Amino acid sequence: MAKVPVQFTLNGSEKAEFIESGTTLLHALRDKIGDTSPKGGCHQGTCGACSVIIDGELRLSCLTLAETCSGADIKTTAGLAEGGVLHPLQRAFLDAFATQCGFCTPGMIMAAKVLLDRTPNPSREDVVEALSGNICRCTGYEPIVQAVLTAARANSQNAA
Amino acid sequence: MAIRRGRGVAAINYPTGMNLGGDPTQALVHSTPTGNFMVTLSSVDLGQGMKQIMAQICAEMIGVPTDRVIIDTADTDTGPHCMGTFASRGTHRAGNAVIQAAKEARQVMLEVAAEELEVNASDLETDGQGNIQVKGAPQKSISIFDVALSAHFKRGRSISGRGMFLIPRSYPEKETGAMKPSTCYAHACTVAEVEVDDETGEVTVLTVKNVFEIGRALNPKMVEQQLVGGSWMGISHALYETTEPYYPNRDHGGTDFNQYLMPGPGDLAETEIIVLERPSADGPFGAKGPGEMCANPQIPAVANAVFDAVGVRIDTLPITPERILRALKAQAAG
Repeated sequence: MAKVPVQFTLNGSEKAEFIESGTTLLHALRDKIGDTSPKGGCHQGTCGACSVIIDGELRLSCLTLAETCSGADIKTTAGLAEGGVLHPLQRAFLDAFATQCGFCTPGMIMAAKVLLDRTPNPSREDVVEALSGNICRCTGYEPIVQAVLTAARANSQNAA
Repeated sequence: MAIRRGRGVAAINYPTGMNLGGDPTQALVHSTPTGNFMVTLSSVDLGQGMKQIMAQICAEMIGVPTDRVIIDTADTDTGPHCMGTFASRGTHRAGNAVIQAAKEARQVMLEVAAEELEVNASDLETDGQGNIQVKGAPQKSISIFDVALSAHFKRGRSISGRGMFLIPRSYPEKETGAMKPSTCYAHACTVAEVEVDDETGEVTVLTVKNVFEIGRALNPKMVEQQLVGGSWMGISHALYETTEPYYPNRDHGGTDFNQYLMPGPGDLAETEIIVLERPSADGPFGAKGPGEMCANPQIPAVANAVFDAVGVRIDTLPITPERILRALKAQAAG
């Protein structure tokens, strides 16, 4: 099959790849570009582990064809830390013990980031709604909900 | 037709590990040339935090900060023998093996330090920060870093130790059949409050209050994390999850998260966790296995709460709306 060129911005840097038509963004990110932060859980859009941010929108990279992403601005959990300083969400997840096996964590953090980008001071209900597309087997969700609320408070204090 | 409220209680004992044909775990500990300590295991960290706990145990025994310990797990080709990570046995079995291995390594380390400081090894102690000093004269000290360098490049000693922990096989007594399936038990009690809609059969768990007795909590935050997640999983087993009736024949069973349901963040009950620490006699620093038992007591507690709410005993899991409605219908038919 003929390969198609794809160019997009990943966490601020330009990426260009030749991919087979029909390749998912998840596969392109993990196996072509080497960003393994999005995880392949169900490969059918039900678990949320592969969540990434495309042009500001939360997207399931397992259901997104890479060739539809040309020119897009893509963000993954791997690009959150700046110069070794963890993003407030990453810090809050660690402090709240909101990760155990860690497989759902990147997707959870992406979902939470889109929420906080739009709703800096979310209610508990907002957080629950934002995380409702992401499955976690270990934590019972409560520590994750608390981590997102904590990160939101940290953000608003920094902004004040 | 109404929403009815009920409260249920359940208590459990849960064994730490199983009695197999004898239940062994080995550990090996050795120092790197710069005084870090490597623990080699065949046990697995499944995300429950075994690497952290083994690092804490080794660090405590050797006398170095936890971040000076490296844990290598789960290569059954090359690692020392372990029966595996299951039955909540990891901390108990591997922890005891690491204690024994670290003790032996510590003894060699103190012998090398004694030669460097020209004192008797039995007069030495560690400060927990990576230094070895003479008891009562802490100004006479040497860093573990320097001791390791000396052992490797000057003294020709290997600062290393072997650890083996074995729960011997327990045979049933011929007359009574009595045997010892485990050497220590964790305990838990749960009170669950539910609302049951007797028209739709839907169960909402309002609160879950859990008390867990898990021996010594070697890492209290990680224990709490395990218990909170386990409590949620118990509710999930009680009300949502099943492979039935598609087991062992899976032909028409659910194959994905659309068909195999679990409660999401919107279905959380108010959860309370209380930890009681009664150190076990044979656990590492008194630990027991808090892993699996924490997801058990919620199941009978919810079943009892459903009975309290609508008067029907559901004895097949999960307690689905269909099962409740069928039981209510049978009850009404008398």
